[in-house]
Amino acid sequence: MSFDREPPARDEAALRATRLPPGWDEAVRLDEDPATVPDPAAVEVPADLRAEIEASMAKYPDRHSAVLPALDAAQRHHGWCSPEALRQIAAVMQVTPAYLSSVATFYDMLRTRPAGRRYVYVCTGVACHPRNAKAVYEAIAAEAAEQGLEDVEIREFECLGACDMAPMASVDGRYVGPLDESDAPGLVTAVKEGREVLPGRSIADPGYQVPPSPRQPPGPPDEPDVHPAGGTWKEAELLDVPPADGGRRGRS
Amino acid sequence: MSETRILLANIDEPDLNTIAVYERLGGYRPLRKALLEMTPEEVLEQLEGSGLRGRGGAGFSMGKKASFIPKGTMDKYLCCNADESEPGAFKDRLLLQKNPHLLIEGCIIGSIAAGANKGFIFIRGEYSFQADILDAALVEAYERGYLGPRILGSEHSFDLVVHRGQGAYICGEETGLLDALEGKRGNPRLKPPFPANQGLYQGPTLINNVETLCNAPLIVDRGADWYRQFGQGNSTGTKIVSVSGNVQQPGNFEVELGIPVRGLIYDLAGGPPEGRDLKCFFPGGSSSPVLTKEHLDLPYTFEDMAKAGSMLGSGSIIVVDDSQPLVPLALRLAEFYRHESCGKCVPCREGTNWTVKMLERIDEGEGTPMDLDIMSEVQGNIIGNCLCVLGDSMAMPIGSMLVHFREEFEQHMEAARARRDLQEMQALGAGELAAVLEAGAV
Repeated sequence: MSFDREPPARDEAALRATRLPPGWDEAVRLDEDPATVPDPAAVEVPADLRAEIEASMAKYPDRHSAVLPALDAAQRHHGWCSPEALRQIAAVMQVTPAYLSSVATFYDMLRTRPAGRRYVYVCTGVACHPRNAKAVYEAIAAEAAEQGLEDVEIREFECLGACDMAPMASVDGRYVGPLDESDAPGLVTAVKEGREVLPGRSIADPGYQVPPSPRQPPGPPDEPDVHPAGGTWKEAELLDVPPADGGRRGRS
Repeated sequence: MSETRILLANIDEPDLNTIAVYERLGGYRPLRKALLEMTPEEVLEQLEGSGLRGRGGAGFSMGKKASFIPKGTMDKYLCCNADESEPGAFKDRLLLQKNPHLLIEGCIIGSIAAGANKGFIFIRGEYSFQADILDAALVEAYERGYLGPRILGSEHSFDLVVHRGQGAYICGEETGLLDALEGKRGNPRLKPPFPANQGLYQGPTLINNVETLCNAPLIVDRGADWYRQFGQGNSTGTKIVSVSGNVQQPGNFEVELGIPVRGLIYDLAGGPPEGRDLKCFFPGGSSSPVLTKEHLDLPYTFEDMAKAGSMLGSGSIIVVDDSQPLVPLALRLAEFYRHESCGKCVPCREGTNWTVKMLERIDEGEGTPMDLDIMSEVQGNIIGNCLCVLGDSMAMPIGSMLVHFREEFEQHMEAARARRDLQEMQALGAGELAAVLEAGAV
């Protein structure tokens, strides 16, 4: 039984360095007993977190329904669904930590690693994709690395449900868009300084209307741009490759 | 071509999300009528008579669904599906943000028809801003006595809870939603039993989309016959259509079902950007098979979209113009479903994964024409073989792209292969390169 002692400190770096056999993920600790339902008296839970979890449990006919709100509350408190956070929820809700971790790993917004207390989700979904979303994400990620943005999770996210303002991003729930690469520095600086991100360009701002799309840059030509010797014409010209069949496209 | 606004009639009214403004515009009057002047059977009759079909994707008659809820004294539940995660759909976001009381009123009316005393609005976690608005609206509704025990002095009691998801597409599937609401991983369940018999906490449960429930107050207020005058055939009423992708003015447009698709894309959404032409469009969110230019003049109804081999789904049109290569789009689509597959059924879990791998291979110049045949076969083996339709949702659009644009896939494959060959040549020295070119080995 392991509920009455602190879990041993875990060397994350060493664990990552160890190659586990296929099929095992690193959460499996074969050297320990499985964690059972913790003894409420043995786990210290911050009072506000306990109150929030208990209030959620009271809303539902079955206390298990409060697992998602509880994980959300613990994540806001601890920054991620850490083993300690799971133990605290487990103690209040009287479920096993394993049950909580099975749920936490299923949902995208629950962080099972310390990735940052705040988040910037850049939508690269199917409707944002034709509008250059990937480039926007890359610009934001590069800018964040350059400015040394810390404690913020920046990731591509599946459709965020704001395809009218594509490409868009959600900064801690504030939907901003339409974005292009040039918005990255302003967005990252605002996040870093804790200011409102892109004022006037969020659906949360009163009177916000999606502006008509600017003209999009023309795409690739209709005919596939393939040089007979391989690669595109541009690449072939750079390399000075002679056309194998004398120039199918009749260039001078 | 113009909009017919009945759901969105007051949407631009400032502060519509507060109960004072909502009531001033006639809000909660339908609820009084339903509670004090009508019996639950009459409410159900109106909903059934209106021909209102579910707006979440399946298009099943809402009144019929409510009538499947057994009578009796057991605990019954109402769930509102506000987990709008379908790529291309953003209509519920608008309703939740601007008109939360319409939804609350719709939920209460739905609960009268179903005989439910407890309801949940399952809203996706990403919509935290909208969920806060909804929470504030619920507090107001409780204060005015529209929610809680013995509403407005009637026999009916109803409690409503906003439940926030945490980011999983599959929770938009009704049984996945129920599992998530019960605090589990959002895995879909085997049907039957259908939720109407055994749903949340094993009790009979009515599950409806936000837009469907928002229609209920209008139908109760003005009657089923009034509602039936909108639309065409069995697709009655209006529909909020979300148009996105390569159009000049993306947005939500409320139209009568039955208007031509061309009107939606070109007149209301402004059509593709200047100098560009439409290549294909998803008529009902990313899960619907793509249609092409020749389908532009079809009426936008459940039946006509089905006849053309696609579906109206959640009513979200994603337009793709001719500057977009299809293979990366198909890859992005397949990646989405691979990511969101819950992993419970093998055809979906493996099928989405292998489709992604094959598309990556094609995109990197490693593909062969045989890959396209295998890919079509994989899609065929997913459809209809899983507990829910997530796998089908990838298989249908990808399958349809392979049917309509096979030539483009082949060309893309050749171009990618040629590019890869060139990269290999770049690695060679100048002498070797000349020798290879001379021999015509490329």
